[in-house]
Amino acid sequence: MSKIKSLSDLKKIKEEVQSKMKLRENSDNPEQFVQVKVGMATCGIASGAKDTMKFFIEELELQAVDAVVTQTGCMGYCYAEPTVEVILPGKEPVVFGYVNKNKAEEIIDTYIKKGKLVDGIIPISFKTIDE
Amino acid sequence: MKTLSDHILDIIQNSVKAEATLIEIMVDFNKNKDLCTLKITDNGCGMNKETLSKATDPFFTSRNTRKVGLGLPLLKQNAEMSNGSFIISSEPGEGTSVEADFQLSNIDRPELGDVWNTIYLSLLGNENIELKYIHSTEKGRFELSSNEIRENLEGVSLQQKEIREAITDYIKNSIKEIQ
Repeated sequence: MSKIKSLSDLKKIKEEVQSKMKLRENSDNPEQFVQVKVGMATCGIASGAKDTMKFFIEELELQAVDAVVTQTGCMGYCYAEPTVEVILPGKEPVVFGYVNKNKAEEIIDTYIKKGKLVDGIIPISFKTIDE
Repeated sequence: MKTLSDHILDIIQNSVKAEATLIEIMVDFNKNKDLCTLKITDNGCGMNKETLSKATDPFFTSRNTRKVGLGLPLLKQNAEMSNGSFIISSEPGEGTSVEADFQLSNIDRPELGDVWNTIYLSLLGNENIELKYIHSTEKGRFELSSNEIRENLEGVSLQQKEIREAITDYIKNSIKEIQ
């Protein structure tokens, strides 16, 4: 990878990336992306959410999963930080607690790629059988 | 919070919540004065006197998801523990400014940490906010503006690997040069 010495060098890298992106069939429809939201308030940051977020960005890219990784505030589950909300295309959001690197790996491999649920879900939204 | 970068990442969220469109982060390391200063200024909604007086109270928060608000109190504690001081000022409708001073050589002063990741993640998470990072030492000064980055990218996502690495390396190396 070429290093940049000033921000105008960023333009060259952008052009390289753009030409590569055209090769990949990339849909502009955001509903087809996996959305990952990392809880990044004081509680999350103090528990290492920064590393978790960085890991998600790097790992999802390495595994070629089309995903958008963003930050969100505190969801009120400070005891279980870092918390991560994952929205698979067309599915209900699922929130995972205590997401360190190992847990993140498990979530990517099992939930995001195969769609199977893993341990450590915080039941935020759930429906009873009556509903 | 173990590092200044963690604090920066945290305090910025306050500005985001206050609907700021411009956030300025200034970090200054001055060996001659034995002083390390972190200053974060935004043009958000600001606070009235009553709220401002409660801002560093750990049991005060504007959220309703939980009853504590530790971001500012932790920064204040860290500054005061390392023989420094903490000032927060705010004007409703104008914005807020937070300044934490640390004694540079103090053993309790938090390290700067991986500020390049902090800046990158903040850029990624806040597309509509202009973010400025100014890092200065007695040897020189480094300035980064999110608008400049976005102009050069022309809409290509920051999340692309090459772009991510280029930006974080650029910040890392620029800081190293003036260290």
